[in-house]
Amino acid sequence: MKIFGKREKLTGEILHEGESAIANKETEGLSQGQIVRRRFFRHRAAVIALIMVSSIVIFVFTALDSKIGPIRIPGWWKWTVEDIPELRFKDCPGGSTGCPTLSIRPGSSFGMGTHPFGQDDIGRDYFALVMNGARRSLMIMFIIGAVSGFIGVVVGSISGFYGKTIDAVLMRLVDFLQTVPTIIIAAVIGKAAGRVGPIFLALFLGLLGWTGLARLVRAQFLSLREMEFVDAARVAGASNLRIAFKHILPNAVGQIIVVVTLIMAGAILTETALSYLGFGVVAPDVSLGLLISQYESAFTTRPWLFWWPGFFIISIALCVNFIGDGLRDAFDPRQRRRITKKDRLQAKAHSKAGA
Amino acid sequence: MLGYIMRRIGVSVMILFGSSFMVYNLAAYASDPLAELRLSTDDGARQAIIALTRDLQLDIPPPIRYFLWLKGILGVFTGNLDLGMTREASSVQSQLAYAIPVTLRLVFVATFTALLFGLALGIISALRQYSRFDYGMTFLAFLLYSLPIFWIAVLLKEFMAIQFNNFLSEPNIPIRWMLILSLFTGVFWSSLFGGERKIFWRIFTGAVATNFVILWAINATDWYLNPGLGPILIALLSFGIAMGVTSISTGVDNKPARNAALTMAGLTVICYFPAQFIFNNFASYFVILLMIAIIVVTGIATSKIFSKIDRGPIARTAIITGILAGFLILIDRFMQTWAEYSATDAVNGRPVPTYGQRKDELVTGDFWISNLDLIMHLILPTIALILISLAGWIRFSRGALLEVLNQDYIRTARAKGLNERTVITRHAVRNMMLPLSSLFVGEVVGLIGGAVITERVFGFQGMGTLGIKAINTFDLNLLMGVNLLLSILVVLGNLLSDLVYSALDPRIRLRK
Repeated sequence: MKIFGKREKLTGEILHEGESAIANKETEGLSQGQIVRRRFFRHRAAVIALIMVSSIVIFVFTALDSKIGPIRIPGWWKWTVEDIPELRFKDCPGGSTGCPTLSIRPGSSFGMGTHPFGQDDIGRDYFALVMNGARRSLMIMFIIGAVSGFIGVVVGSISGFYGKTIDAVLMRLVDFLQTVPTIIIAAVIGKAAGRVGPIFLALFLGLLGWTGLARLVRAQFLSLREMEFVDAARVAGASNLRIAFKHILPNAVGQIIVVVTLIMAGAILTETALSYLGFGVVAPDVSLGLLISQYESAFTTRPWLFWWPGFFIISIALCVNFIGDGLRDAFDPRQRRRITKKDRLQAKAHSKAGA
Repeated sequence: MLGYIMRRIGVSVMILFGSSFMVYNLAAYASDPLAELRLSTDDGARQAIIALTRDLQLDIPPPIRYFLWLKGILGVFTGNLDLGMTREASSVQSQLAYAIPVTLRLVFVATFTALLFGLALGIISALRQYSRFDYGMTFLAFLLYSLPIFWIAVLLKEFMAIQFNNFLSEPNIPIRWMLILSLFTGVFWSSLFGGERKIFWRIFTGAVATNFVILWAINATDWYLNPGLGPILIALLSFGIAMGVTSISTGVDNKPARNAALTMAGLTVICYFPAQFIFNNFASYFVILLMIAIIVVTGIATSKIFSKIDRGPIARTAIITGILAGFLILIDRFMQTWAEYSATDAVNGRPVPTYGQRKDELVTGDFWISNLDLIMHLILPTIALILISLAGWIRFSRGALLEVLNQDYIRTARAKGLNERTVITRHAVRNMMLPLSSLFVGEVVGLIGGAVITERVFGFQGMGTLGIKAINTFDLNLLMGVNLLLSILVVLGNLLSDLVYSALDPRIRLRK
């Protein structure tokens, strides 16, 4: 029972060669992509998160009618946001109205009922509202990720590749954007953008969120462009563009993807926070943050109006964060599989057999 | 060095100039302060439009108006700073002067508590890499990362304030909850210490039993209606603090350090009754500061008595022990105020508030009651802020410590026979702190962003509320005031973190 217990000695029991043999064996004869994929799928939490996030996305985007241009794809859910069915009074606790009909209690049978997430003040189906809100929030999240990712990569690579004056100018621009408090500027624009629509808001938030990524990409470029393989490419007559896109960028792509997932996880929180403050998505449009802010005061009497949007925000953000973590481990070249007891015994047996 | 600082300040001023110009114009063009008045057909509305246009100089185009605003800012060098007027014709300075302390209080307490807990959890998590505790902390950190602060704030309001106040009106912890809470703490402590299975179970049963007895005693004595620690409990806890602090800072085998710490703990406990007298009669911030100073001086003196060599760490141990033990007495004094505070008309038996930064009725009252009121109002928003910033610290400190533990100098330290405690506290943790110092600023700035939302949920009249009000009423001068302050904070913070980093790490030399 010591505070400073001895750390588990990874190299204690077996020869160092035995250990690296395990590590090398698992990457032998595999391409970079295969190694990354393999490592990613070994990260259990990340895989579960990936499955969950993709099912949430499919679930959310197919539940309601969606319009792509003139084509209208009907959703599988019976209510829409516009429907105002009758408010349910029966069986509700404490005289409240529109309580959820979802029952997953082990004793009674599993059933969705007519309104699994309940109904709001005027009787609109809350499941439909939450689905619509989650769809908005997911869409905004992807747009912010894409815009921030694109600008961050472009600015960072130009800055890191060319250096000198261009680098100095671009990095001052980054400093400059980082000085502006995001929440304030986003709120100013959000207030104006409420009339323009959520897509515009997402684009604008994307324009603000790329600075950290740009710094990271720049740092990667600065170190990678001094590498021998870049010199080799240049001697072979490759153009600047080719060097940047074919030789340097693929080496930086791991870190870029990781940061973009983190930007996306942050984006859904920023969007919901802004909507909560009234500067993001505004009524009659629906977003998860807006739903929480609208029904915040109803928490004591009708808590389900508060739980469901929160549940969706947290599960989406949590899953995206876990995927990012899995990707980070997968792309990290220093990352080795944790040597388990079984591996050690195997290696020991192996080295004994060899000797 | 001086040249570097001057150059950095110069660049910072340019950046501040640029960013404020951008925000000013963006806000000016994105919002129309007269929009509502224009829609009105009232006669007074036309008068109001004319008056506002004159007062806020709305007839001048924004890019030029910006320079008029800037002129007021530059007045800071001649001693008459002018941030302009709000729409209600009060000066922006006075509004900010009222709001700044409110926000700072919130952010300050939250930052340091989160830092303390986050570092501790992160360090332990790294020391027990791949253990149950480590996995638990990783999951906790990710969960906290993904929590929307407004959501957690509303939950806190419901469960920690409303429900807890209800509970206090008829206080009784059901036995079922006692058991659940005890099992939970048991799991926490046993996984924190880890070790072999036998030790694990021993700690687990110990923690469950202790916790259960404590809860039962609390329940039986109605402690939460009339709390207090009392001299005996303070003596016991002080002894524990003395041993704990020594075992972390120098190790309990170090006799002078242990004796110095125990002496400090003993002295503080002896001072319990005199302290009560002072607290009851001469309570003020100054007196408390004075007492801290006395503890520090006594700590140094004690270390001189107990050791002839290597006094630095021993004095440090003694001072930390003394301050923590003294803090217990302070907490005890606040607890003694609890029943009285709870019974005041303004509180009326519902001591955990959900709204506002303090109760106006209690501001001028008794020192202890008004400060307890302040603390009670701070608790919930602070917890909300701690929860969101805790995740970052856990992850950063865990990662940084693991990185450091793989370095060659740690291997060297172990190889030359230092014990594990010295290796961790002197060689690893100190080096781990270096990269964290540069993250500190970013965290604080992020926390201020979180404070904007927390203030709104808990009805604090701080900078965030001011900023939201400014945006909602299209009050440009007020918005710029808030924005300028936050930007200056970021710029100064970045400069400071670079300087601290270079001062702490001799490997880094700033460009001349």
